[in-house]
Amino acid sequence: MKILVCIKQVPDMESKFKVAADGRWYDTADLAWRLNEYDEYAVEQAVLVKEQGGDTDITVLSIGPDKVKEAIKKALAMGCDRGVQVVDNEVSQREPLEIAGIISRFAKDKGFDLILTGMQSQDRGSAQVGILVAEMLDMAGVSTVVGFSLAGAKLELKRELEGGVKARVAVTLPAVVTCQLGLNTPRYPTLPNIMKAKKKELLSLPVSDLLQAEPRQQTAKVYFPEKKGGGLILEGEPAELADRLIQIIKEKTAVLA
Amino acid sequence: MKSLLVAEYRDGKVLGSIGDLLGFAARVGGDHVMFMVGSEAALPPYTGKLYLADAAAHGEYRPGVHKQLLLAVIEKEQPDLVVFSHSSYGWDLAPRVACVLGFAQVSEVVDYVDNTPVVPVCNAKLRRTVAVKSKGAVLTLQAGAFGLSEPPSGSPSVEKVQIDGADRVEFLGYEAAEAGGIDLSKAEVIVSAGRGIGKAENISLIADLAKALGGEYGASRPVVDSEWAEHDRQVGTTGQTVAPKLYVACGISGAIQHLAGMKKSDFIIAINTDRDAPIGDVADVLAVADLTKLVPVLVEKLNAR
Ligand SMILES: Cc1cc2nc3c(=O)[nH]c(=O)nc-3n(C[C@H](O)[C@H](O)[C@H](O)COP(=O)(O)OP(=O)(O)OC[C@H]3O[C@@H](n4cnc5c(N)ncnc54)[C@H](O)[C@@H]3O)c2cc1C
Repeated sequence: MKILVCIKQVPDMESKFKVAADGRWYDTADLAWRLNEYDEYAVEQAVLVKEQGGDTDITVLSIGPDKVKEAIKKALAMGCDRGVQVVDNEVSQREPLEIAGIISRFAKDKGFDLILTGMQSQDRGSAQVGILVAEMLDMAGVSTVVGFSLAGAKLELKRELEGGVKARVAVTLPAVVTCQLGLNTPRYPTLPNIMKAKKKELLSLPVSDLLQAEPRQQTAKVYFPEKKGGGLILEGEPAELADRLIQIIKEKTAVLA
Repeated sequence: MKSLLVAEYRDGKVLGSIGDLLGFAARVGGDHVMFMVGSEAALPPYTGKLYLADAAAHGEYRPGVHKQLLLAVIEKEQPDLVVFSHSSYGWDLAPRVACVLGFAQVSEVVDYVDNTPVVPVCNAKLRRTVAVKSKGAVLTLQAGAFGLSEPPSGSPSVEKVQIDGADRVEFLGYEAAEAGGIDLSKAEVIVSAGRGIGKAENISLIADLAKALGGEYGASRPVVDSEWAEHDRQVGTTGQTVAPKLYVACGISGAIQHLAGMKKSDFIIAINTDRDAPIGDVADVLAVADLTKLVPVLVEKLNAR
């Protein structure tokens, strides 16, 4: 079984963001970067399939500048077999259609049985790439998956709907699955596996070889939303803060009456 | 400007997100028609033309079939905008339709200014306006962003659509939400733990604070996914919707899916180390502090009263 996992590197969401000089994205300097949370579940799911036995080979792909190799190396240390970096310094301005186009051009004719992605990225949150890849490669596509069971070429999945309800669906491979939080428990790479990962193949391809889709949209402007305001912001030592909070709870709610 | 609004139907009912679609249509103006895969027994409250495909014949989750149905309606109506909810139905179907149609898709639209969709970036810390370059656009709307002040009413004029489509995705049925022992919707005080609690043991801090305030404790999703709290304590779109007198959010960033479950609380206190955390937008009070330091002191002082 050949698996492709598509991952993205994103900043830590607790970062202090600044708008980039061109006003079209956040400033990428001085941020701590990590593997997109949703993609961790995708990597873990691929490794779990490999651990089910059989002859499984996992390629992990990321598009972006050189620092995305860190995310690829994490995925290799979690158990993927080889990494591919599509070198692209303009990645943050690409729309989901272009990203999906790059991935599907890469995947075409390589015979992947299963393609896994996160359901969305934490920074851009478009939730489109996985399903677009399925459309472009004419494969079955299932989004927002929180339950996964593979027997032979048959995949039984649970999709998460609103209000805690799930939909049970089945597809026959090949298929694209987008992974939602809670699908599994992503492992931490162990030191021996981090060392082993250093020896795994990591191929770099120029984006110009793979770019195909013409963008249909463009970011016009990125900006900070107006603070809704009104809310009180308290700072200080714990004891002092605790007193203020208790006083506010007494004054504003009937809770401590 | 013409919009095609895609209503959602599940298990015998039209979903509430219809209010967002109609609120959006009212905001952009122009003509609109609606599409739904559902049943004549449950028509959406809508005055206008509804293209109705039978869910019994076409399946409730058969995206390939629903895509074909929608494309047939789009061919006939030639809308400028195809509008979905940003939901498990919308984000699965919208990219399929956009891809074939040659339209841009803009996800999770929270505002629409001068014909330009506005979407959140980085957990709503930033916003982004999107210039659409294609001749039309597919949009998915963030829940609650365009709601109506009054519940919608009216009955549509129905035009039936049907196709003989096949799909590779086979729908096997629904699984109901896990019914739990804790009904947070009745609690008057809820203290919720977010990922900021850092480790499983710190749940007890949150539980102690809830107890000192005479309430229950809840949790955000990562806390439940890490099995630090049971699923029936999860607050949010895929958990419970709550409206207590007091909601204390401890180490919760304020992602939209969490806010959707708690923003109707009467009074909201947030405890967070990040002064810019989006929870600050809904909180009446934001205490900028490390919860592991503040919460124990708060509990001690409350218990000493
Ligand atoms: C389809 C879908 C459905 C979802 N449904 C839900 C849902 O029902 N409920 C839900 O909650 N989420 C849901 N989510 C997930 C949601 O998008 C967020 O990922 C989640 O709410 C984040 O949880 P959090 O705020 O606890 O964690 P984070 O976003 O990681 O935030 C942690 C916060 O803790 C603060 N912090 C860190 N350390 C400390 C400290 N020592 N003291 C004080 N503060 C600290 C940080 O500044 C940060 O603001 C859903 C997502 C999707 C895509």
